[in-house]
Amino acid sequence: MTLQTEVQNEASSKLSVQHVSKTFRSRARVVHALDDVSLDVGEGEFVCLVGPSGCGKSTLLNIIAGLDLADGGRVLTDGAPVAAPGRDRMMMFQESALFPWLDVLSNVLFGLKLKPGLDAGERRKVAEFYLKLVGLEKFHRAFVHELSGGMKQRVALARALAPNPRALLMDEPFAALDALTREQLYGDLQRIWQERKKTIVFVTHNVREACCLGDRVVLFSPHPGRIREEFKIDLPRPRDINSVDLARYSTRITAALKNYARPESGAELVEVAE
Amino acid sequence: MRRTLKALVFFAGLLLAWEAVCLARIWSPVLVPSPVSVGRYLWEAANDGTLGSATVVTLRRLVLGYCFGLAIGLPLGLLTARFKVVGDTLGLLALGLQTLPSVCWVPLALLWFGQTEAAMFFVVVMGTIWSVIIATENGVKNVPPIYARAARTMGSSGLHTWLRVLLPAALPFIVGGMKQGWAFAWRSLMAAEIYVTILSGFGLGHLLHYGRELNAMEQVIGIMLVLLLIGLIADKVLFSPWERFLHRRWGTAK
Ligand SMILES: Nc1ncnc2c1ncn2[C@@H]1O[C@H](COP(=O)(O)OP(=O)(O)OP(=O)(O)O)[C@@H](O)[C@H]1O
Ligand SMILES: [Mg+2]
Repeated sequence: MTLQTEVQNEASSKLSVQHVSKTFRSRARVVHALDDVSLDVGEGEFVCLVGPSGCGKSTLLNIIAGLDLADGGRVLTDGAPVAAPGRDRMMMFQESALFPWLDVLSNVLFGLKLKPGLDAGERRKVAEFYLKLVGLEKFHRAFVHELSGGMKQRVALARALAPNPRALLMDEPFAALDALTREQLYGDLQRIWQERKKTIVFVTHNVREACCLGDRVVLFSPHPGRIREEFKIDLPRPRDINSVDLARYSTRITAALKNYARPESGAELVEVAE
Repeated sequence: MRRTLKALVFFAGLLLAWEAVCLARIWSPVLVPSPVSVGRYLWEAANDGTLGSATVVTLRRLVLGYCFGLAIGLPLGLLTARFKVVGDTLGLLALGLQTLPSVCWVPLALLWFGQTEAAMFFVVVMGTIWSVIIATENGVKNVPPIYARAARTMGSSGLHTWLRVLLPAALPFIVGGMKQGWAFAWRSLMAAEIYVTILSGFGLGHLLHYGRELNAMEQVIGIMLVLLLIGLIADKVLFSPWERFLHRRWGTAK
């Protein structure tokens, strides 16, 4: 039964970023966005990248996704070098990037239609499965502008999950949402991550968010973008963003972050969790 | 329903005012014919077939030229947005020609094609094509890059991205361009028909012209009413569905 195999959990992938550098040159200036960044993400691991604005987090995520190419170094997924976007790594952005000319179901179907080996009925079943997973089974026929910000991100999550990728790359997906909606989504994302066994790389400005979601929190510093420190978050799941233990972690990490973003380096301070 | 009623009342009032002006005999009835005489002309012209056949001739010219202009303009607009060379050359040319009042094509068309259907076709195509090219180019260039990036991560590339992402994303602009192209084509076709007698078919413009020659003001005004009606219907039938579509999907009153 194809639907079964289609929504079956595939082994999540192991990502390996090795000595990646990236420089943007424009006529006005040269920005050293990433400098010799190395990072290993284990199978099924949830890693959060935190750092001040402009330290190259999005750039790194784009390189892992294959949307951008590194100047030096390489990215491996399960040992194979990344050269282009692939269905094994799906990306989610801060803006939902849903297509307004399609309804919710067709948005989720977009990636599935590009995946070989499924007929129309199976694609639809798969799409419905994921819309149910994110709690939007009643909104198949809604259009994007009819959804709230949180619902949009849920659809975007369903769309990213639908081709059954092995890794999810998320670039500040909840940054534009209010605190309450975000809290719901933290719960949902943790549940889905455990159910679907994905490897997740999650970029955020919000240290508390990182502590709530990540197995590991990786700190970046800007100019040039480098990895400075890593924190393992040893808390049971599902985690509550308001728990005291979590607050202890986030205080420690925030202090470290402030240390790396000292004013003389020219970086702005990061937004710290409320 | 209420809206239709209000519109009906408004137009009935307009007709009554017109009739009142005629009855007051402020101007000579030769210059300001009464709605009754205009109505009589239209009735007779409709019955003896002149009105019908002229409408068919005009609409055929318009629709043929417009569809052809769209079919050429859309892909050219996409190419203009896609390739820098095309944008720097054809794009610039289109921008320049779009600012040219489309009536200006009439003398050229007559010299090139003589008094033939080809001349009419040419004028309509020239009215349509530049607006459509510019609008399509503009639309594609204004598509948020994140759409194409998102599509790429899902495995879309090349032609698929163009047809399934950039083209639909640019639709609000393109529909605007189609509307403008239609308006330009319609105006230039009327100018051509009024000034040029073409033996292959009498259009509405010719009827308007002969109305003037014969000093038949009720014919002039009657044909103007028909033109106005065609413009209204075209807007409602051709473009309203698109605009409703855009409104429903984008949630804007584009
Ligand atoms: N396409 C580009 N062209 C030129 N410079 C770029 C480009 N993309 C990113 N940069 C620069 O590279 C640096 C890193 O950008 P990046 O978007 O990766 O930062 P970020 O850590 O994601 O920041 P934020 O938290 O604000 O999203 C910035 O200084 C930015 O100005
Ligand atoms: Mg970023």
